[in-house]
Amino acid sequence: MEVDVVNAMVLLANFVVVPALAYGSQLALGALGITLVYGILRFANFSHGDLMAFGTMVVILLTWQLQAWDVGLGLLPTALLALPLGIAATIAVGLAADRAVFRFYRQKRSAPVVLAIASVGVMFVLNGVVRVVIGPDDRSFSDGARFLINAREFKTLTGLAEGLSIRTSQVLTLALAVIAVAALFWFLRSTRAGKAMRAYSDNEDLALLSGVEPDRVVLLTWAIAASLAAVAGTLYGLDKSFQPFTYFQLLLPMFAAAIVGGIGQPHGAIAGGFLVAFSEIALTYPYKKFLGYLLPDDMRPVGLVQLLSTDYKLSVSFVILVVVLLWRPTGLFRGRIS
Amino acid sequence: MSFLTGADMYGGYGGGDILRGCTVAVDKGEIVVMVGPNGAGKSTAMKALFGMVRLRRGEVRLAGQAITQLSPQGRVRRGMAFVPQTGNIFTTMTVQENLEMGAFLRRDDISESMERVFGLFPVLGEKRRQTAGELSGGQRQQVAIGRALMTQPAVLMLDEPTAGVAPIVMDELFDRILEIRQAGIAVLMVEQNARQALAIADRGFVLVTGENRFTDSGRALLTNPEVRRSFLGG
Repeated sequence: MEVDVVNAMVLLANFVVVPALAYGSQLALGALGITLVYGILRFANFSHGDLMAFGTMVVILLTWQLQAWDVGLGLLPTALLALPLGIAATIAVGLAADRAVFRFYRQKRSAPVVLAIASVGVMFVLNGVVRVVIGPDDRSFSDGARFLINAREFKTLTGLAEGLSIRTSQVLTLALAVIAVAALFWFLRSTRAGKAMRAYSDNEDLALLSGVEPDRVVLLTWAIAASLAAVAGTLYGLDKSFQPFTYFQLLLPMFAAAIVGGIGQPHGAIAGGFLVAFSEIALTYPYKKFLGYLLPDDMRPVGLVQLLSTDYKLSVSFVILVVVLLWRPTGLFRGRIS
Repeated sequence: MSFLTGADMYGGYGGGDILRGCTVAVDKGEIVVMVGPNGAGKSTAMKALFGMVRLRRGEVRLAGQAITQLSPQGRVRRGMAFVPQTGNIFTTMTVQENLEMGAFLRRDDISESMERVFGLFPVLGEKRRQTAGELSGGQRQQVAIGRALMTQPAVLMLDEPTAGVAPIVMDELFDRILEIRQAGIAVLMVEQNARQALAIADRGFVLVTGENRFTDSGRALLTNPEVRRSFLGG
């Protein structure tokens, strides 16, 4: 009986907890970029998903080149070597979009909704560029050791019926997310530029009266948001696969994460990212086998006990979004909704 | 010529002029108060001095130099500090971070200025790690004034510093403003509580429809029967 409970827990860890931790980290990194742009530049940036796609595309192209040259990192994916350049290219595109589109509306002091609509335009352009350059199909670029712990090894090691597999990409995702978030929070809390960004987000007029240079704040915001986008996109691509359309679809769960946490609040985006990821995966996981371990023989379920088909997993973020907007519009951490 | 002078100012927010030939001046070590009915242009005159309202005519001079075309940020660098009536603190940042933001342009050691602010407003020292948005109205005003003082200004401009605070807190704030004057800072304020403000003022300007109606020492304005009848409620 106790072995059954352990088996059930391993099963859940393998199919729900570990994947959700990785997916949640990816969403959190993306949502952080959205929430920073919203908090400081004051608009919902719909081009963020395609900014992620663009960054990932650059990383993939560089990775292929490195693979052709036989340059790699051994157990770790070669994409890590390509990531710094990918980040730089994404920052360049983010700044170019700002210079070409967003700056104009900012200087006119346009309403946030105007900037949001303009970002939809930027989204279409970026999306087109990515499809033209790398194509609309699935692209694979992961290499190195696939598993850190393999299910079969786990079984022989523990003697359990269920195996736990942990992929390199999942551990890498979690590790890079922790590093990126820690660096971001340190930057915002402790540096002069970070405090200027927070002050600008809190009270723009007073920040200007204090001598904060708005152009520098805008530049830093794009640099940080684009870096996070490139990292999040690359990690998602390594963990799953890269397809431009999927990245566009990520927009919904990322926005849900940012809003659930309280938009404009960095720690909210992280909490929101994990909340959305765990909800999506927990609701679309079939619990038949899990319950089989825990329930007596005569009560074992016949059906899959899957609350929602995986085809509907996007609707989970949508429902979370609607529920939050109805009952707690400011989000868990009281973001700024104006 | 005073240290800071806005001479013969005409201007507004687009549309018609709100200021119509208004003149305001303040010297170092002096408290000057602007009073007048609602819509008289007190806050507008203040913003014009700070470069936040475009002047159609007239000029602003600081320490003998014309600064009419200078941006508000440029004026901060020249030693002017402004505490707006609303939105005058960073509500999501701690008290200490608010003060640090006040000193944003300074590259020297700011700890001495910060200790001076904590000396002036001891409660801020006790609550330095607290988020400013959680403080009471009077404490928020202290944060706002403290933030402005962190620039080591020569001129401190306060737009209704006692708006929305309890009367006992108001007296306390005025006492602190007297201390700030003793440090040789020029203090210019707009006040709704005209009586109390004129009582501590070295000079007062009574503005009506964007023009100077009376200019005199604070005490003289308080005893002027016409001013009392029209603006101080008898």
